[in-house]
Amino acid sequence: MVLQSFEAGKRARGAARPAVPSAGGTLRILVPIKQVPETGDVKMDPETGTVVRAGVETVVNPLDLYAVEAALRLKAERGGTVVALSMGPAQAAKALREAVAMGCDEAVLVSDRRFGGSDTWATSYTIAQAARKLGYFDLVIAGERATDGDTAQVGPGIASWLGLPLATYVSRIESVEGGEMILERLVEDGYQRLAITLPALLTVVKEIASPRLPTLRGKKRSKDIDIAVLDADSIDLDPSYLGLKGSPTKVVRIASPKVSRGGATVIAKDDEGVAAAADGLVAFLEKKGLL
Amino acid sequence: MSAETCQCLVWTIAEQRDGALKDVSFELLARGRRLADKLGTGLASVVIGDGVSREAMTELVERGADAVYSVQDPRLAHFVCEPYSNALSGLVSAYSPSVVLAAATSSGRTLMPHLAVRVRAGLTADCTELDIEEGTGLLLQTRPAIGGNIMATIKTPDRRPQMATVRPRSSRPLPRDPARRGIIVDVPVADSVMDGRVRVLGYRKDADGSGCVEEAGIVVAGGKGLKKAENLALVRGLAEDLGGVVGASREAVDRGWIGYPHQIGLSGKTVSPRLYVGIGISGAIQHLAGIKTSEVIVSVNPDPDANLHKLADYAVVADAFLFVPELRRRLAARKMEADNHGE
Repeated sequence: MVLQSFEAGKRARGAARPAVPSAGGTLRILVPIKQVPETGDVKMDPETGTVVRAGVETVVNPLDLYAVEAALRLKAERGGTVVALSMGPAQAAKALREAVAMGCDEAVLVSDRRFGGSDTWATSYTIAQAARKLGYFDLVIAGERATDGDTAQVGPGIASWLGLPLATYVSRIESVEGGEMILERLVEDGYQRLAITLPALLTVVKEIASPRLPTLRGKKRSKDIDIAVLDADSIDLDPSYLGLKGSPTKVVRIASPKVSRGGATVIAKDDEGVAAAADGLVAFLEKKGLL
Repeated sequence: MSAETCQCLVWTIAEQRDGALKDVSFELLARGRRLADKLGTGLASVVIGDGVSREAMTELVERGADAVYSVQDPRLAHFVCEPYSNALSGLVSAYSPSVVLAAATSSGRTLMPHLAVRVRAGLTADCTELDIEEGTGLLLQTRPAIGGNIMATIKTPDRRPQMATVRPRSSRPLPRDPARRGIIVDVPVADSVMDGRVRVLGYRKDADGSGCVEEAGIVVAGGKGLKKAENLALVRGLAEDLGGVVGASREAVDRGWIGYPHQIGLSGKTVSPRLYVGIGISGAIQHLAGIKTSEVIVSVNPDPDANLHKLADYAVVADAFLFVPELRRRLAARKMEADNHGE
């Protein structure tokens, strides 16, 4: 057997994106962001096993702010447009307004009851098809993962649906020239340096840049901006790929793991206590076979 | 026996660097072996790379594989998502495995979602437990979610293969069994597998050089209780004594004491070492989310109410600046004694 690349017929449906790069070397950048619950304030629906998003304090996924910042810096350098996109309920507009307050030019909410309960596969499909609808992008820049789902699967999934070359965990962008970007990506024990042809999809990590705070002007703009809403009817979608029903994975059980390990506590108040505690820990580690 | 006659419905994706297999490849085989035995099928491991030796392939067999699919090409020496995904989707289409497991590493977590889209399959991220459901034979994939506050069990009822990434160090490799036999299948690689849009230019090691927290068996982490950057030396010293790697809380990274690759927690790395030692770490839930699956947790903090103490197997309520040097003296004495015995 000789390996071939998979056949074109299996690619996502819908018209191909116009293969027209932005004029004059400016960049049109899409930043998909996610609204996540504030940590510690999370409820699960015991029926569906999915996260209950109603009535919970939300923030923009903190790791997405690095993607917004990376996009805004590229725009400042090269000119162009940054479009923030979020898939979620109507309340996700709040996350988009925060992105606009930081400096994003446009905001798109991908929202429909039919999208509810999507796993990462269905989510990446829906966002990819929404991106096709929005036209050509030189770059899609996403956060490395969301702090609630913690899967890191949606960014690579979007790249796969769109057939874009992918670089994950990007920590530094060295240059963008002649339709090629030189970058570094963070891997387990170092950094891989890559050249990637645009259009492309990147997921970025914290090292890329510190996110800016919203400006007053940005905040004002964010209040006034019209957020475009794309529902299931306005995107070319295969209905069998949507929402809970279109998601290949199903949550069957949710359990709360025990938190306490019932460990030992040693209190060392003085030198003698410190010496005893050190003896105690050495003995403990020995017993556990860790020394 | 040819590849076609070896019914291997469970697959693992081996990982290599510069032609050498990484430990996580063998951890995956231990997981896969159990699943394959429960299903009454064979276990195959796929090795994509360049110059991976026959000895290394044989080690995969000795540690549980019945078949090894070897996909070797100079152009596949380093991980790049597109050609790896092309190669794998070709293999998956040809052999239709039921289960595909990869490591939840930077490459596994890039490759698997890309592949899942192409082969229209379900994928679960960063699993810590895998099992086979009785009656249905479906893969049960359990993973910590919402910052480790819950464990979710997930299955893929209809689509195939059932795909999962598995947290490194969450299982132990099987011992080598030289009597085990398996087949090694060389898979030819067509030019169409390649994708010229991404080129690898080079690689540099993390400046800190103390190693990778996710792959470490022992992690010693420092937090804001250390007060200033120089005091991280305390953590580095203890990590060195214990043969571990240095980690840090978000506060320590945000203050610039150490780089982001070392950050542990919800917005950093998740670790599962045999031993985690937290020094001057109060234990914000975001940090605890990243260490919950550690085997043994030790906490050193002067604050008796520190959250990390509550999670710890061994909590030391003490001034870290007094306690850690004292502990290091004991470890040094112990080592000297061991060295003397060795002579």
